[in-house]
Amino acid sequence: MKTDTETPGLVIPDNEDERVRFEGLTDEDLAQCVHCGLCLNACPTYRETGLEMESPRGRIYLAKAAKEERIPINDTFLKHIFLCLDCRACETACPSGVQYGKIIEAARGEAIRVRPGGLTARFVRWLVFKQVFPFPGRLRALAALLRFYQLAGLQALVRRSGVLRLFGQFGQAEALLPKLSRTFYAAPNTEVAPARGRTKHRVGFVTGCVMPYFFGDTNRATVSVLQRNGCEVVIPKQQRCCGALGVHAGARQTAQDLARRNIDAFEPYDLDVIISNAAGCGTALKEYGDLLENDPAYAERARAFAARVKDISEYLTEIEIDTKFGAIEKRVTYQDACHLAHGQRVRDQPRALLQAIPGLEFVEMKNSDHCCGSAGIYNIVQADMSQRVVAPKVVNIEATAADYVAVGNPGCMLQMDSALAAAGVATRSIHTMELLEQAYQAAEEEAKG
Amino acid sequence: MDTRKLVERLQSIVGAEHVVYRPEDLIVFERDASIDAQLPAAVVFPRTTAEVSRILAVASEMQVPVVPKGAGTGLSGGAVPEEDGILLSVSRMRDILEIDAENRTALVEPGVVNLDLSAEVEGLGLYYAPDPSSQKACTLGGNVAENSGGAHCLRYGCTINHILGLEVVFPGGEVAWLGGKAPDAPGYDLLSAVIGSEGTMGVVTKILVKLLPLPEAVETYLAIFDNVPDACEAVSAIIGNGIIPAALEIMDQVVTQAIEEAHHVGYPAGAGGVLIVEIDGMQEELDEQREAVLDLCRAARAREIRVAQSTAEREAIWAGRKGAIGALGRLAPNYYIQDCVVPRTKLPEIMRFVEDVAERYDIIIANVFHAGDGNLHPNLLFDVRDSDQVQRVIAAGEEIIRACIDAGGSLSGEHGIGTEKQEYMGWLYSDDDLEAMRKLKRAFDPDWLFNPTKVFPTGEGPHAAKIHIGKAPVHATAAAAWK
Repeated sequence: MKTDTETPGLVIPDNEDERVRFEGLTDEDLAQCVHCGLCLNACPTYRETGLEMESPRGRIYLAKAAKEERIPINDTFLKHIFLCLDCRACETACPSGVQYGKIIEAARGEAIRVRPGGLTARFVRWLVFKQVFPFPGRLRALAALLRFYQLAGLQALVRRSGVLRLFGQFGQAEALLPKLSRTFYAAPNTEVAPARGRTKHRVGFVTGCVMPYFFGDTNRATVSVLQRNGCEVVIPKQQRCCGALGVHAGARQTAQDLARRNIDAFEPYDLDVIISNAAGCGTALKEYGDLLENDPAYAERARAFAARVKDISEYLTEIEIDTKFGAIEKRVTYQDACHLAHGQRVRDQPRALLQAIPGLEFVEMKNSDHCCGSAGIYNIVQADMSQRVVAPKVVNIEATAADYVAVGNPGCMLQMDSALAAAGVATRSIHTMELLEQAYQAAEEEAKG
Repeated sequence: MDTRKLVERLQSIVGAEHVVYRPEDLIVFERDASIDAQLPAAVVFPRTTAEVSRILAVASEMQVPVVPKGAGTGLSGGAVPEEDGILLSVSRMRDILEIDAENRTALVEPGVVNLDLSAEVEGLGLYYAPDPSSQKACTLGGNVAENSGGAHCLRYGCTINHILGLEVVFPGGEVAWLGGKAPDAPGYDLLSAVIGSEGTMGVVTKILVKLLPLPEAVETYLAIFDNVPDACEAVSAIIGNGIIPAALEIMDQVVTQAIEEAHHVGYPAGAGGVLIVEIDGMQEELDEQREAVLDLCRAARAREIRVAQSTAEREAIWAGRKGAIGALGRLAPNYYIQDCVVPRTKLPEIMRFVEDVAERYDIIIANVFHAGDGNLHPNLLFDVRDSDQVQRVIAAGEEIIRACIDAGGSLSGEHGIGTEKQEYMGWLYSDDDLEAMRKLKRAFDPDWLFNPTKVFPTGEGPHAAKIHIGKAPVHATAAAAWK
């Protein structure tokens, strides 16, 4: 164990062995699955492989069998459990209300607990989840380094050199590197962004751990849209990564510590609503109640926190917003981020917002709620499957001939932009809030005449 | 049986990555959506007809049992493996090979998902009519094997009414074409013999299906009754008046509550029986039928009738109905779904009997069924961990089957016999009847290798109904085969 000097008291366990078996998973959770199979064709990895082990029903059966000690937890088990994108499309398909996310995340936690995995995977997880994401300072330093890499022309040099091939799947990940925002998003030192005009609401904002660096514009747009609609936006400096990546990877203790940090950070402000603009974070934040259910000091507070979390698009359709948008003469399609559509059941709200923008020609793509293959760090650690999953997405986006594919999750933006560029398709991704902010700005321009 | 040798031979046909044999992988193949379970020796995933043919040749040579499998959504155990057998999955054979819009046919591979075909041809104004409730996951190959039905089979018929031709690989590896685009192929009607043969005669590798034009207009009503027998009465009255709706589906209170939790369709709390009526066809036809249907429902004491106002509302009603079986997972970890058919007019009487059985055996029975066809689906809910409950469920199920047969009905409407109902076949057929069927199977499968322990009674008697949901540690049993 060591503690973080930057965030005193944050526990970063050296290993996860100290936890109980299949933490967070009961026999009743597993019994909820009646093995009907209606989830099969909703699953991206089943559609690709046709293998029951790579399906939701199969993985639930594996988790159940492992928990009952019918099968050992070995490399084969790990392979199946970690090939899942955790996209939750099966939860939408499931008539029985199986909480698949809970099951797969507990199975991963167990897999990591008893079998920390191959050396490379372990190193990446250690580096990413233990050494980087939990520490805002380190993230900032890494982002600055990366910006230097891109701006100084090093990226072009490296890409030309072929050196990336030496790094195997991690070399492929380089292609996913987004262009860093020229200016990182910095929350105001006062921790409060005031409402424009009369203050009608007071909301918290989760900045996300990488968003400020890779998606500074998205965060600025989100806060601005809130301010324009009478929201005083509270952005606590003490907030940390939401822990989603940790939960998905089986690093539950780290995720739990981050969750406690965030609850501590937001609680003093007594906010009614806590806004997320990243679907993956939003789902994780909404599930803090599950994550900390066995922590007597935090269980109730976690449930209270989770109940206040809303995706930005969800929130904007619940309050009365200013609809004086300027025109955006663009053709726009919409990608349902898995953790919005399946994780949070938010589908109509972003579409309603986009369709309220004059001039914007909204066109649906086929299978908009199929995963793009981004899935946190999946596109790095499971690069081959990720490429297979994104291929039909590119075809469906291209068929819309849209200028933009709007989406509510940063990871999807990286993944789709990289795949679209590689396929020579001109469509680019954009966060729904950036389009909304552009529409407000267009209205201001029009008013100036 | 030499498992290692079998695996090596299969690998040499389809490639090492397309054979599953590790015990910890095999475990997920031990079940379909029924209540039986058995580990296979290996699962093989061929891509082509030629590969299927070579696999079947090896199976014959090594005298290994074969079970073909689609998506594994079947409810009677048809895709449950045989001990030491090959499970042949068609999940990699999933191309739509040809769509002939003018002749309204499609040639598909057996792994194509039922609903995917309809989605593919929707733009042409066409669809594939048979719609099992599992249609978003089940395969057309599985549909052919089970002669699957669905909610809309009342008006449009089951799978058998929509298949024009099949490519079948018979035991030993012979590849034959049955039927074709032209109507009335001369010679024996082998198409009808293979459809619904539950994987006991061979493996289907190509399917030529009929496509239908999408109806000009569709209307869907939700009629709410105080009890199921009243809803049944409405069904008999509608059909008795010469109206054949596209679908007539009844659900009882247990089911509607479970669905409501899942889908928020808007089924009213406390409704004893809900009837879905869908009529489709030309607009003029619907205008004539609408009032008659609504009047007949009212005459059968419908408490309330809702008319779906939009496509979204209609889809919500159907999403609820088609997710009904799965939604039962909200009530109990396991279900035993039956599939008896009775003459439609006997429905109210049988439904009262089912209610009585539930009470006597102290189990929950959830009813959701194709009322227009007289096709019951009592779902006997249980928890496999409670062995006493399991015994009561088996006994209660038998009473229901017996009553349906005594009422002039049959064992199965659309789910197939499999392992679930095989011991009851003797209640429906004489020894000679069954022997005639066995002779047909032997003609194609002389070594009796295809789904060998299913469909026909084993002679162990009715009480041998199988509820075998796996419990044995797989790394001990299956790994033993590798020693």
